[in-house]
Amino acid sequence: MGVRQDYEAVIGLEVHAELQTESKMFCACPVVDSTVAAPNIAVCPVCAGMPGVLPVVNRRAVELALRVALALECEIAPLSVFARKNYFYPDLPKGYQISQYEQPLARNGGLTIFVSTGEKRVRIRRVHLEEDTGKLTHVEKNGQSYSLVDLNRAGVPLLEIVTEPDLHTPEEVRAYAMALRSLLRYVGANSGDMQKGVMRIEPNVSVRPAGSAELGTRTEIKNLNSFRALERSVDYEIRRQSELLRQGQRVVQQTLGWDEARGVTVAQRSKEEAHDYRYFPEPDLPPLVLDPAWVEQIRRDLPELPAARYRRFQQQHGLSAYNAEVLVAERPVADYFEAALAARPELPPKQLANWITGELFGWMNTYNQSIDEIKVAPAALAELVGMVVSGEINQNTAKSVLAEMLESGKSAAQVVKEKGLRQVSDQAQIEAWVEQVLADNPTQVESYLSGKETVAQWLFGQVMRLGRGQANPQVVQQALQRKLLAIKQSHTR
Amino acid sequence: MSELTDLTLSECISGLQGGDFSSLELVRAYLQRIERLDNSLHAYLCVLAEQALAQAKDADRRLSSWRKEQEAPPPLMGVPLAVKDVLCVEGAPTTCGSRILENFTPPFTATAVERLQKAGAIVLGKTNTDEFAMGSSTENSAYGLTRNPWDPQRVPGGSSGGSAAAVAARLAPAALGTDTGGSVRQPASFCGVTGLKPTYGSVSRYGLVAFGSSLDVVGVLAHDARDAALVFQHMAGRDPLDATSVERNLTPSDLTRAPFPEREGELRGLRIGVPREYFIPGLQAEVEQAVRAALALFESLGAELVEVNLPHTEYALPVYYLVAPAEASANLARFDGIRYGPRLPADELWQVYRRTRGQKFGPEVKRRIMLGTYALSAGYYDAYYGQAQKVRTLIRQDFERAFQQVDVIAAPVTPNTAFVIGEHSDDPLSMYLEDIFTIPANLAGIPGLAFPVGFDQQGLPVGMQLMGPHFREDLLLGAAGVYQQATDWHRRTPPDGRSG
Ligand SMILES: [Zn+2]
Repeated sequence: MGVRQDYEAVIGLEVHAELQTESKMFCACPVVDSTVAAPNIAVCPVCAGMPGVLPVVNRRAVELALRVALALECEIAPLSVFARKNYFYPDLPKGYQISQYEQPLARNGGLTIFVSTGEKRVRIRRVHLEEDTGKLTHVEKNGQSYSLVDLNRAGVPLLEIVTEPDLHTPEEVRAYAMALRSLLRYVGANSGDMQKGVMRIEPNVSVRPAGSAELGTRTEIKNLNSFRALERSVDYEIRRQSELLRQGQRVVQQTLGWDEARGVTVAQRSKEEAHDYRYFPEPDLPPLVLDPAWVEQIRRDLPELPAARYRRFQQQHGLSAYNAEVLVAERPVADYFEAALAARPELPPKQLANWITGELFGWMNTYNQSIDEIKVAPAALAELVGMVVSGEINQNTAKSVLAEMLESGKSAAQVVKEKGLRQVSDQAQIEAWVEQVLADNPTQVESYLSGKETVAQWLFGQVMRLGRGQANPQVVQQALQRKLLAIKQSHTR
Repeated sequence: MSELTDLTLSECISGLQGGDFSSLELVRAYLQRIERLDNSLHAYLCVLAEQALAQAKDADRRLSSWRKEQEAPPPLMGVPLAVKDVLCVEGAPTTCGSRILENFTPPFTATAVERLQKAGAIVLGKTNTDEFAMGSSTENSAYGLTRNPWDPQRVPGGSSGGSAAAVAARLAPAALGTDTGGSVRQPASFCGVTGLKPTYGSVSRYGLVAFGSSLDVVGVLAHDARDAALVFQHMAGRDPLDATSVERNLTPSDLTRAPFPEREGELRGLRIGVPREYFIPGLQAEVEQAVRAALALFESLGAELVEVNLPHTEYALPVYYLVAPAEASANLARFDGIRYGPRLPADELWQVYRRTRGQKFGPEVKRRIMLGTYALSAGYYDAYYGQAQKVRTLIRQDFERAFQQVDVIAAPVTPNTAFVIGEHSDDPLSMYLEDIFTIPANLAGIPGLAFPVGFDQQGLPVGMQLMGPHFREDLLLGAAGVYQQATDWHRRTPPDGRSG
């Protein structure tokens, strides 16, 4: 822990997010899920880099990129320029990647994140469009090793989002990455499906003596595609660099990979071996000139974004920070919550939120379903919660009713009726159960009278059991208290 | 009737449509002539005899049915054309004159060619070129040089030397070339034919194997301005597959009429700029004389000669040799032996690249890749590529200023007539100087037209070029058309042409 006190980490993040378009960035090929599709089925002369072919910009990709850039509160460049990034690799058919360099699509934005120390705005340096590369598979056959090239992914639109070095802890890094993923999903730009590699994160990390204004030598960790790997690798890298500095050694500027199994960063190449990408403006594409009216239209059509919704859920609905955060993280979940509330505006929002983040999430995790897939519509959940609030059924019954609803798609009223689960609030019935329990358990009553007050809780449980869980717990509690008090008084008298 | 192969493209069309001869006869005549002459000339890298004959038969069927219906057939129906081998034609080998594309057959056809095919044209074959269009003599072809029909000891120019020689020797009525720094106009001049370099973006580059993407344009080599206009008109226009292409709504009358049709063939009112920067020491005396004589004729036809300044002309060559190789270094990166073309195996990936590219690219291509790579390198970019782009803007502004004063600019095409094979082989820089008068039009993106205006004492053709404002091919073609009505330089044929 001492490490963190002597040294401060300075971290910036580069995120590559695939844009969810129908077709590729510069050709008409469909975008397929390259983790499952047969190799090279979505390839044409353009994305295969045949001689004589030319790129044409996918307007939809520009639109999605603008949505993200606007959601990140960036300044949109009225004119941006594509550039060629030159290097040789078999997954790069043209020998260059079309990207943006000196004149990116957008600059100077920001994303608000919420961490344990409070709210924080992470500045976005730039957002630019580029194309993805293909994929290599290294295989061994008959004692020979070789590589197979799959170009399905080559030319898929990518958005690169670069922060300023505003992050300082693994927690902040994780919070930023999660907030960005959430935002990308909110605006419909990216599926957020991390395992499929649609969002790849590259942190650059340096450390400096706490309080120092100078930046230390930085390292870059390539190609992380889980939040866990991100958090762990950054944490590791901060410790490693701090330790080096403490021992009076230098940090070497280099590109690192993350070894998940061993939990360490591994050198990939040093600055001396770094590529000279020889960027220059792409002569095959005229500058991207944006119609301001189109940009405004896209800005107007943006949905409420996660950070704003997070604040509103706390202010308007009085939700806890935790509930607001988990509800807002996924747009369909937040929409579900608001739809349920709209169906029964009289319900306490907190209670509704608890049902979603508790029972519903539990089910969704167990059965690996999304909120769009479950059989309980928002209004149906609201009906169930309404029955709890009105006392028609109790909390425990409601849980089993919900399970049945999720299973069968039936309404709460239907399940309660079919199974006879309506809560018993009938005074006479409950008093009869209480009296029976007291009569059946003289020893426990005796020990209660001798001062062991906790026995009252045990007796309460017995009454609830006798009522097969349908007794209104508040009525039971009151009846039990009254009876015990009466016995106590008659005893002392 | 003279031989079919002596006809201009326009004459071929009227003959075919009038039923004077069939497309099959026409194509056969060309194939026979190619068979007889091209062994020594080597204008073609590949002759598509079978396909061409089949298409000619098909064209004849369609022509006769159109005649019966008394309807106008597609304008180029049944007309054979030659295509420079840097343009992709589906199913035909496309080598770019390079070993690195040996046996490569593209799965698609270049838009320019496809449009001509839609208009009815038949591709006779693919013509020789300097490797990846890098050169001014066609000596840089990996498949052997092409000879100048006017003198077999001389080069036809380049890089569209195969197309120019084919048209001059009557091995095709017209041919497609490409012009990055003069590659249509210079061989046109050397071979005594008419060569059009259209405005950048006028013709789709889709399917043209890129050399210098911001400079490349598909052009035409033909017997006269009218034929060049005809071919240009049918391939120009915006292509959704080329983001740098622009819409051109051209009709034949736009292009072939005199610039001022109300003056009936005369050029009165046409202001021709004569840039002093193009009449420099080192310009062959006979070239200057022929160009000056042509200017005098233009004057006598009513045009007004105006001296203009293009002060940044001297920087055009260095700018070009930074911009074009820089773009080429990236454009040629795809030839890595991974997806197509030959691959020389090795244990390590970088050795595969090194061996394949090292052995399959020729020396001039490698030289330009190295030049371009250097010009784009970190630390040199601003001084070379960046600076070159700024000067390129100045060169374009030179032309813009000049075109406020004049309608077109006239200049020699090359400092000399066709040179002897091997003359510049050991001195790349002297070869680069061949393009000194043609490069500025590419840097500015403006159209240029080369056409014959005389012969030197050795009987070699001398060319002149007209350059015009963006999208004003009509001025160039119209003026040259009037000139060609008054002269017969463009009708002269090389010795082989008459006796064959
Ligand atoms: Zn494609």
